[in-house]
Amino acid sequence: MGTFSLSVMLVGAVITLAALATSHTFSVFFPGLLEGAWLTVQIAVCGSLLAVVMGTVSGLAKLYGPRPLRWLAVTYIEIFRGTSALVQLFWLFFALPLFGISLEPFTVAVLGLGLNVGAYGAEVVRGAVQSVSRSQWEATIALNMTRLQALRRIILPQAFIAMIPPWGNLFIELLKSTALVSLITLSDLAFKAQEMNQTTMRTIPIFTLVLLMYLVMSLCITIGMKRLEKTAAKGMPRGRSV
Amino acid sequence: MIWDWDYTFEILPVLAQAAIVTIEATAIGFVIALVLGLFLAILRMSGPKTGWCVSVFIECIRSTPLLIQIFFLYFVFPSFGITLDAFVAGVIALGLHYGCYCAEVYRAGLEGVHRGQWEACTALNLSSLTTFKNIILPQAIPPIVPVLGNYLVALFKETPLLSAIAVMEMMQTAKILGSETFRYTEPITLVGIAFLIMSLVSAALIRIVERRLNLRSAK
Repeated sequence: MGTFSLSVMLVGAVITLAALATSHTFSVFFPGLLEGAWLTVQIAVCGSLLAVVMGTVSGLAKLYGPRPLRWLAVTYIEIFRGTSALVQLFWLFFALPLFGISLEPFTVAVLGLGLNVGAYGAEVVRGAVQSVSRSQWEATIALNMTRLQALRRIILPQAFIAMIPPWGNLFIELLKSTALVSLITLSDLAFKAQEMNQTTMRTIPIFTLVLLMYLVMSLCITIGMKRLEKTAAKGMPRGRSV
Repeated sequence: MIWDWDYTFEILPVLAQAAIVTIEATAIGFVIALVLGLFLAILRMSGPKTGWCVSVFIECIRSTPLLIQIFFLYFVFPSFGITLDAFVAGVIALGLHYGCYCAEVYRAGLEGVHRGQWEACTALNLSSLTTFKNIILPQAIPPIVPVLGNYLVALFKETPLLSAIAVMEMMQTAKILGSETFRYTEPITLVGIAFLIMSLVSAALIRIVERRLNLRSAK
């Protein structure tokens, strides 16, 4: 969908939320849900940062690292992509304390989601770096750059543009996965919704509001990433290089 | 003692039985996703207005967490008079969520078929249904099998979410086993390993299917 349609949807969703906030049936649940939404945002932001770091490091390690580092990266990527995010969270939350390491629920949430999405991000980074034309590498050799210089100044800036759309998808995935942390006792948006649902049994207003709130957050990410892509790609030649 | 082998072997058969529920949910959910995805993709390409409505629908489903959708089907639908069994609600939510992802994949596949194929069918006076069913689809499906396969694995890994509405799949069984004995390490680690094995096996299977399809279309 184009940015315009997405913006229309975002405005529509925000207006619906605002309208519902003024109606009596819905407004009771608003403060609690907003509190939950704030925690969701915090987890999503911290998790995304960790995911970007993990993705970049392990993606580059898989491509250019010395052999032991490469194996480590591949093991990390395969384990976290091969198992369920929920199982990973539960393992960090329930099984890790039995090995003597107890973590705060918030830390578990950020670690679990960040590591999970980071593993997918590693493949994104790898694909983006490999998509940079070979001749760019050859040109850096001709200019007598070291490999590190070439990577930092020539390859990564170009790969960065190719990375933006898939990272946007991953951030949305991560935002949606934050609903899982409600199952490890964090009172995020999904947890608040369930809690209110159990005490008031007013399912329709609660879950409608929650869906709308998640929709607004996701749309913000989508639109933001589209804009970032546009800004980053400014001045880049369009189309496939020959 | 961190790891108890006796306990591990004791719970293994129970978890294996739960694995069947997980696989059932995956299979049924994926069939729903495949059918719904195709349906949505066709609707989306059928006209600008319907197309826009369908895109908005897809965007809404893809932008909200699956867990909330499962809750919505399980908790909210009864107030509209539709009461669903936990397993049914979970499987429908899985199918619906991934159907929207599959719709995008189908669209890519359908748009990848050359225009000339449509024109040739018009020249041969084939009806649009025959064209679609016999000419376009068989060409659109093989290139997208790997992507659909990725979504199959993704859907499989989302099935532990069904534990949130108390479907007795692997995760829920592991949690109950853990709460009975206060030993969470073995059940949850076993579930993790089971998922890893099944994901890797299905990824390998998809690669084989992919290679077969490539061979056939190369002939």
